[in-house]
Amino acid sequence: MSTPTAVALEDAKVAFRLGDGRVYTAVEKAHLTVAQGEFVAIVGPTGCGKSTLLNVAAGLLKPAAGNVRIFDRPLAGLNRDAGYLFQADALFPWKTALDNVAIGLEVQGTPRAEALSRAQQWLTSVGLGAFAGRYPHMLSGGQRKRVALAQVLIRDPKILLMDEPFGPLDAQTRQVMGNLLLDLWSADRKAVLFVTHDLEEAIALADRVVIMSAGPSSRIIGDWRVSLPRPRDIFEVRLDKEFHELHREIWGVLKDEVMKGYAQSTHAAEAV
Amino acid sequence: MSRPTLLALQVLVAVVGIVLWQVLSTVPVFGKILLPPFFFSNPLDVFSQIVKWFSSGVIWKHLGITLTESILAFVIGSAGGVLVGFWFARQPLVAAVFDPYVKMVNALPRVVLAPIFALWLGLGIWSKVALGVTLVFFIVFFNVYQGVKEVSRTVLDNGRMLGMSERQLMRHVYWPSALSWMFSSLHTSVGFAVVGAVVGEYLGSAAGLGYLIQQAEGVFDVAGVFAGMFVLSAFVILIDFGVTLVERRLLVWRPTVDGRG
Repeated sequence: MSTPTAVALEDAKVAFRLGDGRVYTAVEKAHLTVAQGEFVAIVGPTGCGKSTLLNVAAGLLKPAAGNVRIFDRPLAGLNRDAGYLFQADALFPWKTALDNVAIGLEVQGTPRAEALSRAQQWLTSVGLGAFAGRYPHMLSGGQRKRVALAQVLIRDPKILLMDEPFGPLDAQTRQVMGNLLLDLWSADRKAVLFVTHDLEEAIALADRVVIMSAGPSSRIIGDWRVSLPRPRDIFEVRLDKEFHELHREIWGVLKDEVMKGYAQSTHAAEAV
Repeated sequence: MSRPTLLALQVLVAVVGIVLWQVLSTVPVFGKILLPPFFFSNPLDVFSQIVKWFSSGVIWKHLGITLTESILAFVIGSAGGVLVGFWFARQPLVAAVFDPYVKMVNALPRVVLAPIFALWLGLGIWSKVALGVTLVFFIVFFNVYQGVKEVSRTVLDNGRMLGMSERQLMRHVYWPSALSWMFSSLHTSVGFAVVGAVVGEYLGSAAGLGYLIQQAEGVFDVAGVFAGMFVLSAFVILIDFGVTLVERRLLVWRPTVDGRG
């Protein structure tokens, strides 16, 4: 194998201690690798621990067992090679769009003037050049995601971790954002780990789609290669025959898990 | 409702109030004056008293003293509140240990402290400043404490993932969050700084608006008491207006309540 492995989770197990002392195992024996330049999407039913796995790769969460290796080195503390795009709004509300993007450089010690001019370039490349002076609350949900994307990418991380980043957006905006992401990604092909509950989105974006079983103790139960040609257009690719075949095949596996996950969450609700 | 209409109605309330007061305190109704001048004075006397204060210039000294005391109380109380609030929020153990004492001191009606401060610090401005500080401190303290504790988990994680050190998190995340909570209570804390100053003066002093009111009361000069009250409320409204201007400048990044930005 010539391409190095960017992220490797080896038999990672994630467990939480609940308030009443019991231990809840979120993810069991997860084995997952992302090669350099590879776009991997994780899909799974609600509550299966997809985001948990991402937090492990980010170093925000320590696995209860197993190893995390980043570029073949064991991960200790936060993953400094990774940029993280959060599902919820994570922009600093007291900073303008420009300052929000520049901050990643400023904390590295880049002179403020230079950080600002590069931030302006990044805002322009996500299509928000004219919104530099706006505070996050003056931007729409989609615009905030664009700022967040620029905020992460300006630091030029080798790995991009994305936790349902377009989840809160409406369907059209999601597709536009998907295309923007692919455009930016194709420039330098970072390793991407992209969590979503939307199978179509996963197939349209990724090189590989990984399926997780319903929680608790969820495992990785499938791994498909997506060989749709690049560059892709999210709108067009959905009409492709291969897309449909792959979708049918993966959905056959995913459907059962989604039903299980749904049943479990309703049971849990009844128990409470 | 348009702004001029609103303003007109607001003025109308004042005019009706003052006219009623004037009429009821001077014109007998069924052979009886409903608001005896001894207890209620009348607007004309009150107004002439205010004019006298301003034309002789005697009021400026008192206003100046009260203003100085309020500003000092606000600045010292806020600084203390910010420091201790930050410290407690970042050191949960310290917060847990001191929690009952903080609650105890805060539950104490501050007026009872006035005589002690007068004993310790004399009848000059510092006993009034101290009273104001005890009021301002707790408001700012609780808000800053809350502000630091309630920083969004995601924003914090984002800061970490963007490579911020603990010190940078402090500067770019905790600090602005705490300040925004402090500024949201700015009106209350500034108001309490004035309350502390005036109550302190009222209970024992040689100058200030509270002293002026207390002096008038001592000689049953009701017009003087009312005049002092009116000057005091105008003073507070002016300060409050200033606070609104400062707030608008500092909290531009915050959405307005109606969500229109």
